[in-house]
Formats: sequence, structure tokens, C-alpha cells
Amino acid sequence: MKPIDHARNALAFLEDQTHEQAFDKLIWGLRVRRDAAAREVPEWEQLRTLASGIKEHTLSNLAHYLELFEQRATGNGVRVHWARDAHEHNQIVHDILRSRGAKHLVKSKSMLTEECQTRPFLERRGIQVTETDLGERIQQLDDQPPSHIVGPAFQKTTRDVAELFHRVYGSEPDRADPVYLAGVMREHTRPLILQADAGMTGANFAVAQTGAVVTVTNEGNADLSGNVPKLRICSVGIEKLIPGVAELAVFIRLLTRSATGERITQYTSHFAGPRDGGEMHIVLVDNGRTQRLADERFWPSLKCIRCGACMNTCPVYRRSGGLSYGSTYMGPIGIIMMPSFDIRRHSELPFASTINGSCTNVCPVHINIHEQIYQWREEMNAHGEFSTTKKAAMNLADKLLSHPEAYRAVTAAGEAAVKVLPHFAIYNRLNAWGRHRDIPGPAAETFHQWYARNRGRPNRPAHPAQETDTPTEGTDRGRA
Amino acid sequence: MVPCYIDMFYPQVGIATLELLEKLGVEADYPFDQTCCGQPMANSGASSQAKATEELFIRNFADYEYVVAPSGSCVHHIRNKFTAADDTPERRRVSARVWDLAEFLCDVLRVHEFPWAEFPHQVALHVSCSAIRGLGEQAMSERPNDPWFSKPASLLEKVKGISIAGFDRPDECCGFGGTFAVTEEAVSAAMGNDKLERMGATGVHHIVSPDMSCLMHLQGCAHRNRDDFKFLHLAQILNGSAE
Repeated sequence: MKPIDHARNALAFLEDQTHEQAFDKLIWGLRVRRDAAAREVPEWEQLRTLASGIKEHTLSNLAHYLELFEQRATGNGVRVHWARDAHEHNQIVHDILRSRGAKHLVKSKSMLTEECQTRPFLERRGIQVTETDLGERIQQLDDQPPSHIVGPAFQKTTRDVAELFHRVYGSEPDRADPVYLAGVMREHTRPLILQADAGMTGANFAVAQTGAVVTVTNEGNADLSGNVPKLRICSVGIEKLIPGVAELAVFIRLLTRSATGERITQYTSHFAGPRDGGEMHIVLVDNGRTQRLADERFWPSLKCIRCGACMNTCPVYRRSGGLSYGSTYMGPIGIIMMPSFDIRRHSELPFASTINGSCTNVCPVHINIHEQIYQWREEMNAHGEFSTTKKAAMNLADKLLSHPEAYRAVTAAGEAAVKVLPHFAIYNRLNAWGRHRDIPGPAAETFHQWYARNRGRPNRPAHPAQETDTPTEGTDRGRA
Repeated sequence: MVPCYIDMFYPQVGIATLELLEKLGVEADYPFDQTCCGQPMANSGASSQAKATEELFIRNFADYEYVVAPSGSCVHHIRNKFTAADDTPERRRVSARVWDLAEFLCDVLRVHEFPWAEFPHQVALHVSCSAIRGLGEQAMSERPNDPWFSKPASLLEKVKGISIAGFDRPDECCGFGGTFAVTEEAVSAAMGNDKLERMGATGVHHIVSPDMSCLMHLQGCAHRNRDDFKFLHLAQILNGSAE
């Protein structure tokens, strides 16, 4: 499969200035609210360290906590299933539904089921699937994947939603009013929830101590999807385990503040067992997580609690849109997660970053996101994902920059802009620097030439390699 | 150390840095065989192609007490990401002794005044992501409970006549990002233009930074937009050689 061309997708997003500016404003607003919420908690930085430590501990003892969770959940009357990969997960879910004759499934937003492509899998097998989360439902009706992990439809304006609902539901096309639109959605979705044969949710946390899965939502759709139908299925990635409810408190304090700046959401729900007369299934999904856990460099992305703070702060995400990444997880966290699913397809993503480090600073569980992006670039090279032109450019830069004489020859004043820039910086698109920007005019004289002319004392010999044998420590104070 | 792009495009910044250090009584030397630190390759994921350049850098600079460069980006690379060359005492020494000019002035020389410098203008100060989050030269907006400080601003404040304008999203990346400026040129330029708009909203005409690479990118955006900002490196202001 061809690599996702983030740069090209981003260009298309940027050409639509109305959406680009609305998106940037909305998403940056979340970052601002997150800062304000963090400021209210004097021990914020300690909480981050604590949360990171809890995740690291749990992931280091994952087998223990998974078995404890299974034991407790089973004790609560829940059927626990283990899925090696996305296909096995989908198969398990389908088998449960089919064996109970369930034809209509309502579900609340779950990034894991996006990752597993569960909805199309079930639909192809004749099961009707209705998303109940407003944002996710909007994306479903428009046949689009989520553009943000917290707000799937953040990339749409209320006007877009008004037009979409008019097209699908015949509501008023010009009423771009969130309250009205939420009402339209509720009116059309609630009956589906009441008639559904089965309900499905993801999980924000799975608590080993209690065997319960915990969802953190505002709309309460996880509660409706999970509680109304008699048959309930929860899909949980194995990295969602935490030891107990005391640890949960740490994450609850961090999660919503990091995500939207709220102190707490409307609903923090513990699903600990089947409702009266019903049944409950939990599917624990690996899908590459164990493999990532074994990787010394890339395991920390498993600490992620899906708050989206790294996306909200990312200047590249805000200006390229969530769909430009062409992947389940997007933004900085997507860049470091997706290649472990399919390295070829996501080989360009690590370059969709300025590695500015803001993502790492907002991450509530201290994932070194920007350092991992840097390492993934290296990994793409090692994996042979560089184009021939990029390889050639890097080899040329290597030769030029490691040989002072050759370097001086091409950087002689007046030559620099023409000769050097295109070769060592511009390698994938002809003169890409100059499409939206002007190239600096070459200086009349390089610093090197100025120094030779004005100071006239190249203090160091031409072959400094010989010099390294005579350390000047202690005898040469003040030299810089 | 004079970064390659400063050597080529902004020799006046190299000159200002040298003159400033000389005024402050530092015996400054310019190793003649220097080229680049290898960041363009390493940052692109090509560390094996950065190896020979790093080795050359280490040969050029291993013997100095301090290695000072007017560039947070290069210094961050040399201090924290210099891993293409073999791990030798020389490599460690270079990484441990490299200083961005702003840090060197604040933390090593502890300069209290620049009596020769005067700049009767309001300026917007852009501190690079490398300097802020890589080198810790300024408090980070993502950590709102940390006390505020800014080494580059504290230096500018010692210049007669100058005032620093506050603007929205001060430490959002300007969009340069090294080769990112080329591989993702549309997003890069959009970020640059947004940055210029926020700075321009304060009414300033002068944009100052301890990192010329950010300014090279912003200048390119401004020139295309026909904005009449003047871009100056911190060293030019502190040296008193800014127009």
C-alpha cells in the first residue's frame, strides 16, 4: 500500500481557509482551557509523574493485572474474551451477536473499534450499527472516520452539520445552532437505542481490582448503549488496565482537564456486571500491543489515555486537520502509534512534525512523544522507506558537510542560495521552499570570508585532527 | 561556532556574535574547518549520513573550553542529540561544553549590562522551540505552574530604549522545523504566516530571536507577503550593531 501523503492532504485542508481557521481556533481553545485547568491544580506536574509511574508499573506487570481483571470480571458475572488481533476481535463480537440473533447494535464512541474497523465488518455481515455519540454519529452519517479522538467531528462547522442533517434527516438546513442540531440527532437516535438488540462501548480504563470497565463521557451515550439493551459488549485494549480505584482517581483528575479543561465530565461510569436478566461480555484486545510493549524505544505510547491534549497543542495537527493523517489515531500520538501497525503505509507521518516538543509537555502520562517521532524517522530510514531522491540528497549532504574544502567551494558567496539549498534541504519537491516563501538573498560575503579578511588569523591549523591529541584543558581558560 | 546557514546567509549575525564576545573579554576563536553540526541529516532520520559531519565537528571543537553558537537549534542538537558519531570522551566533551549564546551570556558570563547597545524600538521576541523546550531558556506555556523566566528576554531588557511586546501564543512553533519547512511547506508557511500575524497585531516592526533559522523562515514568509518587518538576531541588538 502506498504511504499516506500527509503533506498533500494538508495542502488541501489549508486551501479551505474557513475550515482551517475555525478548526485551529476551536482546537487551540481546548489547549487554552487545559492550561487554565492545570493552573488550578498546584500538584499538576506531580500528578503527571504519578500517572506515568502507575502506567509504567501496570504495563510492566501486565500479565498479572490482566489475569486479576479477568478473574474479578468473571466473578462479577461477565464473560471475558481474549482477542489476538482486530480480526479476532471482530469475529468474537460477531459470534456473540449472531448466536443471540442480534440484528441491530448501538454503540458509543470507541477508538479501539475504529482501529479494528468493527463497524464495516459487522455491516458486511448484515448487522445494523448505529453510533450514539453525537460527533461519531455525524462522522458515520457523512461516511468519514473521526478527525479527533475526543471530538470525532471537530473538523466540521455547525453549518456543515446543519447541511448534513438536512440531507439525512430533512431538518432545517440553515439552523446552524448546536442545541437545535443536538436535538435533531437525539430525536432520531433515541428510538434506535430503545429498539436495539445489543449495545457496545469501549473503555477509558479497566480496573483490575474491581473487574469493572470505566467510561468517561459527557453525553451519557455510553450509559445508554451499555445499559438499555440486555446484551452488552465492551471492547478494551489491554493497555487500558490500571491496578485499582485509588489509581483511577489520579487518571480521572488528569484526563478531562487535559482533554477539554473540564474538571470532570458529566458521567464517569463503572460497568461492573450485566444488568438484571442481561449478559455482559468484555473483549480484551491485543492487536499489536504486546509487540510494541517489547520494543524498548516505542513502548511508552502504550501509556496513552486518549485525552487528545497532544493533538490540541500540535500546530501541525491544527493546520492540517485530523483526516490528513489518513489513520485511526492522528496528530502526535498517531504519528508514534500508527507505524507499529503498518510501517510502510505510515512512513511519511513522522515527518509531519516540527518536533517542537509541546506535545510531550502536555501529555498527562509523560510520553516522550517528540523524541519518539525523531526515533521513528530513523526507523523509517533503517526500514528502507526513504525515496531514492531523499537517499541521494542525504548522501550528498554527508559528503559536502564532512569535507570543508568541498563545502567552501559551494558556499562561496553568491552561490549559496542556488547551489546549497536545493541540494541539501530541498529533496522531495522542486523548490518547495519557494512556493509560499522567498529564499534569503545570498550574502555578499560569507562569515568565513569576512573572518579570513578581518581577523586574518585562522588560529586553528588546517588539519585539526592532529590537534585532538593535545588537550588544552586547564591551560587555556577563557577560550571559546 | 557559526552555523552553516548563518555563515551563508547571515554573516552579520556571526560578526555580531564574535564582536560581542570580544567586547565581553572572551578570547574567541573561529575554527576554520567548520561546516555544519549534521542536524539536517540526523533530523531527517539519516544519522548514518550525519556521522562524518559530526566527527568533523568534534575534531574542530573538542579542545575548547566553551563552544558558543548563536543558535538554540544547533546547540540543542549538539548537546542532546549528538549520537551519530561514536561515543567517545571527545564527543561527550563537545556535548557538555556547547552553549547557546543567550545561555552563555546569562549563565556563564553573567552579563549585567550592555552599555554600548541602544535600541529605541518595541520588538517582538521569538524564542525557538529548541531554546525553550530543548535547552530550557524560557518557562514553557504548557507548564502553567512553573515560575516565569526568559533568558533571552532578560538580556534584551538590559538594552537601553528597548521594549518587548507581548503577543498571543508566544511559544507556538513558527513552522520552520528544519527539513519540515520543505517536506511540509504548506503547513510550514501557514504556521509562519500565523506567527507573523500575531506579532504584527502588536504594531511592532522588529522581530528579534536568538535563533536565526526561525527568522530565515519568517523572513521568507514576510517577504512574500510584502510585510515590512525587520528581522534581527539577539546578538545584533546586544552588540549594538542592529540598524
